[in-house]
Amino acid sequence: MRNLGPVDDIPLGEGRTYAVGDDMIAVFHLRTGEVRAVSAVCPHKGGPLADGQIDNRVVVCPLHLYAWDLATGCSQSGQPAIDVYPVRVDDGQLILGV
Amino acid sequence: MTQRLVVIGNGMAGARTVEEILARSKNRKENRNEVGGEGRIPDGNEVGGEGRNPNRNEVRGEGREPGEGRSAEREARRSGEGGGDGGFVVTMFGDEPYGNYNRIMLSNLLAGVEDEAGIFLNDLGWYADNGITLHSGTRIERIDRTAKLVYAADGTATPYDKLIIATGSSSWTPPIKNINNPKRGYHQGVFAFRTLDDTRGMIRYARDHERAVVIGGGLLGLEAARGLQNHVSEVTLLHAMGHLMNVQLDERAGTMLKDSVESRLGIKVVLNAMTTEILGKDRVTGVKLADGTVIDADVIVVAAGIRPNTRVAADSGLTVERGIVVDDQMRAIGEDDIYVVGECAQHRGEMYGLVAPLWEQAKVLADHITGSDPDAAYRGSKLHTKLKVAGIDVAAMGLKEPETDDDEVIVYSEPKKGLYKQIIIRDGALVGATLVGDNSKAAGLIQAFDRGEPLPDVRAELLFDLGGAKAEVTPGEMPDDAQVCNCNGVSKGAICGVVDGGCRTVSGVMDRTRAGKGCGTCKPLVQRIVEWAAGGEAEEDPAASWYVPGVPMPKPELMAVIRRYELKSVSSVFDKLVPGGEHDAKSKMGLASLLKMMWADEYVDERDARFINDRVHANIQRDGTFSVVPQMKGGVTTPDQLRRIADVADKYGVPMVKLTGGQRIDLLGVPKEQLPAMWADLDMPSGYAYAKSFRTVKTCVGSDYCRFGVGDSTALGIALEERYQGLEGPGKMKLAVTGCPRNCAEAYVKDLGVVAIDGGRWEIYVGGAAGAHIRKGDLLTTVGTADEVIRLTGRFLQYYRENANWLERTYTFVPRVGIDRIREIVVDDSDGIAQALDAAVEEAVQAYQDPWKERAVPATPGQFRTSLPLTVLPQVPVRA
Ligand SMILES: Cc1cc2nc3c(=O)[nH]c(=O)nc-3n(C[C@H](O)[C@H](O)[C@H](O)COP(=O)(O)OP(=O)(O)OC[C@H]3O[C@@H](n4cnc5c(N)ncnc54)[C@H](O)[C@@H]3O)c2cc1C
Ligand code: FES
Repeated sequence: MRNLGPVDDIPLGEGRTYAVGDDMIAVFHLRTGEVRAVSAVCPHKGGPLADGQIDNRVVVCPLHLYAWDLATGCSQSGQPAIDVYPVRVDDGQLILGV
Repeated sequence: MTQRLVVIGNGMAGARTVEEILARSKNRKENRNEVGGEGRIPDGNEVGGEGRNPNRNEVRGEGREPGEGRSAEREARRSGEGGGDGGFVVTMFGDEPYGNYNRIMLSNLLAGVEDEAGIFLNDLGWYADNGITLHSGTRIERIDRTAKLVYAADGTATPYDKLIIATGSSSWTPPIKNINNPKRGYHQGVFAFRTLDDTRGMIRYARDHERAVVIGGGLLGLEAARGLQNHVSEVTLLHAMGHLMNVQLDERAGTMLKDSVESRLGIKVVLNAMTTEILGKDRVTGVKLADGTVIDADVIVVAAGIRPNTRVAADSGLTVERGIVVDDQMRAIGEDDIYVVGECAQHRGEMYGLVAPLWEQAKVLADHITGSDPDAAYRGSKLHTKLKVAGIDVAAMGLKEPETDDDEVIVYSEPKKGLYKQIIIRDGALVGATLVGDNSKAAGLIQAFDRGEPLPDVRAELLFDLGGAKAEVTPGEMPDDAQVCNCNGVSKGAICGVVDGGCRTVSGVMDRTRAGKGCGTCKPLVQRIVEWAAGGEAEEDPAASWYVPGVPMPKPELMAVIRRYELKSVSSVFDKLVPGGEHDAKSKMGLASLLKMMWADEYVDERDARFINDRVHANIQRDGTFSVVPQMKGGVTTPDQLRRIADVADKYGVPMVKLTGGQRIDLLGVPKEQLPAMWADLDMPSGYAYAKSFRTVKTCVGSDYCRFGVGDSTALGIALEERYQGLEGPGKMKLAVTGCPRNCAEAYVKDLGVVAIDGGRWEIYVGGAAGAHIRKGDLLTTVGTADEVIRLTGRFLQYYRENANWLERTYTFVPRVGIDRIREIVVDDSDGIAQALDAAVEEAVQAYQDPWKERAVPATPGQFRTSLPLTVLPQVPVRA
């Protein structure tokens, strides 16, 4: 389990990248207040997913606008899936891992 | 008993055959469950779409868009599939690392008219949903027919009860010196055109190069050449024969085609060109022909033909001639449990290199293997093709030349217009047709050809619309299994099934069935069938008129309710106006732009509604860095500005400094976290080179210095930019002012262009473009003073901001509304809204703030924090 710091570091509806060990992880703060964590680098052409726009279901890569489901990591357009990491908010802190 | 079905080759034939088999298994199961089964036979025809077999439609519709309800369905299928009642447990092996995609659309992908997402036919979810095990990226090396095992390259062995070979073809490489490189397959810069990876590689490489040569002047070569023009400036097509598309066309048609390809597309064609050598040491620099000619090139695409992939079959002891020989049930000769389908199959001596035959083969194979029709037999296909090159219509079917003296030949030729039509009739039936330059009659001819329908006495009706009764059959007369879309193998029955299922729009039916999504020839027919099935008129696709995909309303209605409920933030629009309140990422940016336009400084700016460019006021680049373009009004600068830009470029080690087409300086490759400091050092306003907004006003030197200048274009350009800087809208707004009709600033091809003419007057053009789309603007009006230009510019831009759809540039907006109507409103004020437009734009002008001032304190936490591993990120301490 890793503490990534205050959830308020991520504005509502946006994402930020964290380096955790050797992994680059994009964490998103949904407008519902929930959080989601996925691999930070787009499998298509390496776009920065944390810079993408999200809704409560998907993230859209800013480079070519492909979309991935934030809960399952599945592509909506035939691209390889992205990794999904368990993440939650505890007492205002972002906790990565189970 | 459940059988193990293994499929080698996860391409168009393999995946389609599995779809057909699944459809039959489902039908069977349903019939057994239904008491009496309603007498419906499990014919597996696409008639199954008629609501009694909803599964089949869902399978196809859903392969593209994983929607809700999917997991429930998945469960249902898993438990139902292969449940020990004659079903199959399916395992597929594919050499390519993807789910099945539409190979024929690679041409469209290369030409940039389709994106990758749009070409997938079966995404990975489809395999999962149907309980199919897919080993993608895995090659089968050998079949052991006795032990009934297939051996993969990774050493694994998989047992089968039934086997389907659908290995397709590979691109053929002619023996040309130096074409291969022992280490990397092809020489660097040489590409085949067969797979998604080929196409991706070609696009990636071509982007950084300028001259391409395509070897092969058949369908594939022509489509490759056209597609490459999207990426490089010079394309030469080399063809070894005496005329283009010599397999499908006679010499006259081929010659006409060459003229059109050269004059209309600007592709250089060399006939009788035997390529003997690829030049260049580490990478390609050109090609050499047999006559010694050298053609410089840095990209070479080989489209010289295909060869069936038969090695595995031959090594495993199956009968292979040119292809793997099959009987009428699509079984490999002498084998009860091995079937072959697609381009690798040789049936009655014929090999096919098109998709239509494989749809037919897949049906017969599925009928036979599932036992739903043990007598099903394939008897060969009639071939027709169409060139998928925008602007060059070519369709060909059957014979290209008469074969006997009795063959009736009708020819129409109009070389000046590049028009050539030929039909060949034997015993009253159409046996061949060629159309060059006009495909409008293609669909009807294909029908007549496929079905051997009786032909009209007035043969000219086959070639032209004569205004009399239509020669084509009406949808009502077509049998249900009549193939409508040959590219995607969709029957009339399948289309009607989807319409009966409640989808009554042409675009909706096209999405669900994929009809019309290949070469496009069949679109008019699809439309007629949808109209007929819908009992008269097809519904307009409502979604097509929505302003953004996620809020079900056209723009005027949307604006009205936004006003009524005073919705000032993007999230409030979703919450209030979308049934279920579902937010939609892809709609946020369009809504943000609309709300900002409507509410000016009352707009509640939720930063997440902005695209990254608008969050950090810079343009994101392919590597995740950004570009910085300071404002340079009218393209006029000073030594001081230049010095500051140079200092900043030095200080931050900017990797590339580039002049833009809009007469500014672009600093490229800037990491996000450096942006605020750079803006501070530059101390110049933002040039808005990243937003859907007013961009630049390009000017020529104007009357001060230019000896031709009749109006002070620079001063007017600066004034326009000063006033409308940063104005956001549904699309980019690029302007220009030019001091005389020589048009050095390219004002005729701008969203709004101003041209000085004699007598101190100014012409205003709107709706021009010179990007991927080229259009000369329409003359809005001519005015006497610069002030009038400024006023009308604001009024036009405001009218565009209020009425254009999201991302609709003026070059679509102006023709859609009509220049006359726009003139009435903007110039003549026929609707009495001119004052309101002027006031609204004035309010927007007053609300302008330079976004680059947002730098001392970030607007949001981590606004400029890097999102890519470009630099060291805040390292999170690892705790147990
Ligand atoms: C750019 C382009 C444009 C085209 N345009 C048209 C058109 O407009 N109209 C038309 O009718 N046709 C068109 N075609 C032709 C059409 O795409 C083919 O006829 C069709 O794809 C053939 O299907 P198939 O399943 O037999 O072969 P493929 O689709 O090639 O599928 C075969 C699959 O098997 C795999 N495979 C091969 N060997 C093995 C092995 N040993 N183990 C595992 N997997 C293996 C291959 O990697 C491949 O994925 C076009 C083709 C191209 C390349
Ligand atoms: S026949 Fe080509 S798209 Fe339908």
